[in-house]
Amino acid sequence: MIDALVAPLQFEFGVRALLAAALVGLVCAVVGSYMVLRGLSFMGDAISHAAFPGVVMAYLFGGSLYLGGAIAAVATALGIGWISRRARLRSDAIIGVLFAGMFGLGVAIYSAIPNYVGDLFGFLFGDVLGIGLGDLIGLAILGGMVILVIWALWKEFLFATFDPLGAGASGLNVNRLDYLFLGLIALTIVVSIQAVGIILVVAMLTTPAATAQLLTARFGRLMAIAIAIGIGSGIAGIYVSFWLNLASGASIVLIQTAIFFLALALGPRRGLLRRHPARAGAEGT
Amino acid sequence: MIEPHAADARAAADPTAEPIPADPGSPDPHDHPHPAEHAHPAGRELPAYGTGHELRHAAHHAAVVLSEVTAGYDERAALTDITVAVATGTLLAVFGPNGGGKSTFLKVIAGLLKPWSGHVHVLGAEPGREARRVAYVPQAEQVDWEFPVSVWDVVVMGRYPRLGMFRRPGAADRRAVADALELVGMADHAQTQIGRLSGGQRRRAFLARALAADPDLYLLDEPVTGVDPTTQEDLMRILEAETRRGKTVIATTHDLAAAAEHFEDVLALNRTVIAHGRSDLVLDRDVLSRTYGGHLLVLGGEPLLVDDAHHHDQPPGREQHFHDGTHR
Repeated sequence: MIDALVAPLQFEFGVRALLAAALVGLVCAVVGSYMVLRGLSFMGDAISHAAFPGVVMAYLFGGSLYLGGAIAAVATALGIGWISRRARLRSDAIIGVLFAGMFGLGVAIYSAIPNYVGDLFGFLFGDVLGIGLGDLIGLAILGGMVILVIWALWKEFLFATFDPLGAGASGLNVNRLDYLFLGLIALTIVVSIQAVGIILVVAMLTTPAATAQLLTARFGRLMAIAIAIGIGSGIAGIYVSFWLNLASGASIVLIQTAIFFLALALGPRRGLLRRHPARAGAEGT
Repeated sequence: MIEPHAADARAAADPTAEPIPADPGSPDPHDHPHPAEHAHPAGRELPAYGTGHELRHAAHHAAVVLSEVTAGYDERAALTDITVAVATGTLLAVFGPNGGGKSTFLKVIAGLLKPWSGHVHVLGAEPGREARRVAYVPQAEQVDWEFPVSVWDVVVMGRYPRLGMFRRPGAADRRAVADALELVGMADHAQTQIGRLSGGQRRRAFLARALAADPDLYLLDEPVTGVDPTTQEDLMRILEAETRRGKTVIATTHDLAAAAEHFEDVLALNRTVIAHGRSDLVLDRDVLSRTYGGHLLVLGGEPLLVDDAHHHDQPPGREQHFHDGTHR
């Protein structure tokens, strides 16, 4: 048993993978806590797919995959925000249009690369066991920036998420906070692509926070639980991946999904097996 | 006889009443025996508000001044040519039908919606400039009651704007929150998740948030709609006390009973200003039928009461409707 736990630590790539997975779990949980409450889960999915053409372009021209992905993701995130403020369309329609359009662009560019036999699987589903030291440092810096911004503005984000009108009327610049948050989602996704890939990153953002929402009715605790799930599942996923020789991103996401269903079944708040039915509303009008 | 303007109405009814400096350009009611018949009576009667010195002068004395304001969403105007001055220390009910522009009126004052045209002065500045002296409470329907926050969490949000980035709420903030909760009678529910509250408790919690912000101007969207009479009484008593401290309260309501009973001043709004003045003088059948387009609701012989939509949790008994199209 001890051997099984220590085994990945004997390899440098194993240690890097564990650090990267824990870091991605942390950053995704923090951003995801707000994202889920803002109803932006679908937005997260869209932005991650939108990063694809940027990653492919960066590969094509030999640039940094992170930079390419970040530019495409942030541009799309801000584009969705900008268009939904102007066009008379529901934002989910705009998200659908840009999401598919950007992903299609990525596929088109990818298919145009002559004789390309590169690892499409890695882009789409992540390969945290292959992460290099430089990538890990870049990931730590970007992730740290995201955490720092949230730490500085957690009250403001909370107020603007809960009651945008009240927050705006009392002097918070809600528009700017909205754009900033979209930017943070985009950065978080770029940070996570190496670990879990474009397709699965939305689970890293959504599942820990959604699970925490089943377990608590207080925002501070919600974020703490999401962080615990994010980091824990990241580390556990690497071990499962190492032991069973499964894809790392899929392992992490499946563990999170399992925890979600466990919370759904046993959770105190709305769990299917809760002991006391929650009082639905009135305690004397 | 309709008294369209607060200053004249007060002077006529109560000789001891202090003149309201915020109401320059008050029209002589005798010039306009039926001012409500005009589409934009206030706009024409207060030409001095348009620009320049007079506007700044008026803005200095009034908490809120709107001058020839037109505002709306997309291409649909919700308010047309609104000219209103609200004196500091006023307890004003804004009433009118759904879609009559009540919420839009508040949003323009709060700086949440930029008017298409006209001038707005709030606490002597552009809307939004004095935002920290303004507390806005949204309609209950616009709040996500499943949101994972307790009553305390919500009330302390009233303190956030003055804290700024990085800073966490301190002892003074916690005291302000505790005082506000005490005042609205919610101290025992501080740790309750907001979704578990009754309708009345929800309104109390949000009023506590506004109180904790210690604003000079309260903008309350339907604060007493659909709540029990006790809560209504309690909240109105608190708001009256705030106006006595020199705070200004502007509250929308489509509960005309509440407007007539609890508010000294009323503003009848249906796309444009129908009437503005003391509630006992303004609220007559003609104004009401103009405000609500002839869809009236009478409660057992009491002064005429109107509703256009039955949003109450507890609909009043003894309702009888009559559709009075003759006023149109």
